[in-house]
Amino acid sequence: MLTLQYIPYHEFAPLTLDDKLKRVLKSVKLDKIIIIEGRLDAVEESELIKRTMQQIDKKFKGIEIASIDYDFRSLDLLDKVKKNIAHFLLNRKPGLTIVGPATVVKEIRKDPTKIELMTLDKKNR
Amino acid sequence: MMKKIGSFFLGFLGVFKKRKNVKLGIYGPPNAGKSTLANKITKDWLGEEMSKASPIPHETREIVVKEKITIKSKGKELTFNLVDTPGIATKIDYEDFLKYKLNAKEARERAKEATKGVIEAIKWLDNMDCVLVVLDSTQNPYSQVNITIIGNLAARNIPVLIVANKTDLRKADIKRVEAAFPQYPTIGISAEKGHNLEVFYDNLFKLMK
Repeated sequence: MLTLQYIPYHEFAPLTLDDKLKRVLKSVKLDKIIIIEGRLDAVEESELIKRTMQQIDKKFKGIEIASIDYDFRSLDLLDKVKKNIAHFLLNRKPGLTIVGPATVVKEIRKDPTKIELMTLDKKNR
Repeated sequence: MMKKIGSFFLGFLGVFKKRKNVKLGIYGPPNAGKSTLANKITKDWLGEEMSKASPIPHETREIVVKEKITIKSKGKELTFNLVDTPGIATKIDYEDFLKYKLNAKEARERAKEATKGVIEAIKWLDNMDCVLVVLDSTQNPYSQVNITIIGNLAARNIPVLIVANKTDLRKADIKRVEAAFPQYPTIGISAEKGHNLEVFYDNLFKLMK
């Protein structure tokens, strides 16, 4: 059975970097695919990779990760401002981050504004 | 006042020292051709190779530094220390190495070293003055590893040249790499075949000026 876990921005954003990484890796090591509202920044992502590498063993082979931004490029300036104000007022951050265990998620394909997640057959895990 | 003058001169000397030891890093995912490019550069300008390159992923598992490489073009000269780094990945499975005829013990050892190599490569980001991000131009450039590497370099304000490698292969698509990272210059080369290296060296001068 495949488990998806959604973490809203207001729950994830206030955490310290250490707590964010612990939260992500704890779920992933339980074979859950997590969807985080908002993007991890580049430094958070590189810290997640470092922490993942430290924890790789016989059972845990690493992660698959992908982040996606809402594409504001096609919007005019006024619409961009409106979108940003809306996200600010709703305490939301644009974008999504998906993280899954490499033993469950074969590949996350990004192209660049859509994400496709391919899982491994259970017999191959 | 004397303190201020002293710190001014120390700052000046620091800049001077830094410029004398410019570190050019080679970053990218595994098997993009980082060590092949590093070898091509050192072979062209020092007459010797610096790293071991192979089709097995994670061949480079430690940072390799070659000091004082001087390249020349159109009457200009550039000296730098070249840093070849292990490929950055989010997953490492020792079983993947078994396909390359490594035995289980060798494969486990390689996987263990590879995880340490990834951590070292990320730690070394802070030491770089300029970086070549080497990508396999036959692969999808939108992978999160590529985005994370480039995002980290941008956050540190480190100048970047994207090298779309393996242009000799039929599936190579330089335009796709350019479209993925439009904020940085992209140059297509084949490090193995030596294609377009003159243009690459010209771009290196622009990157490090």
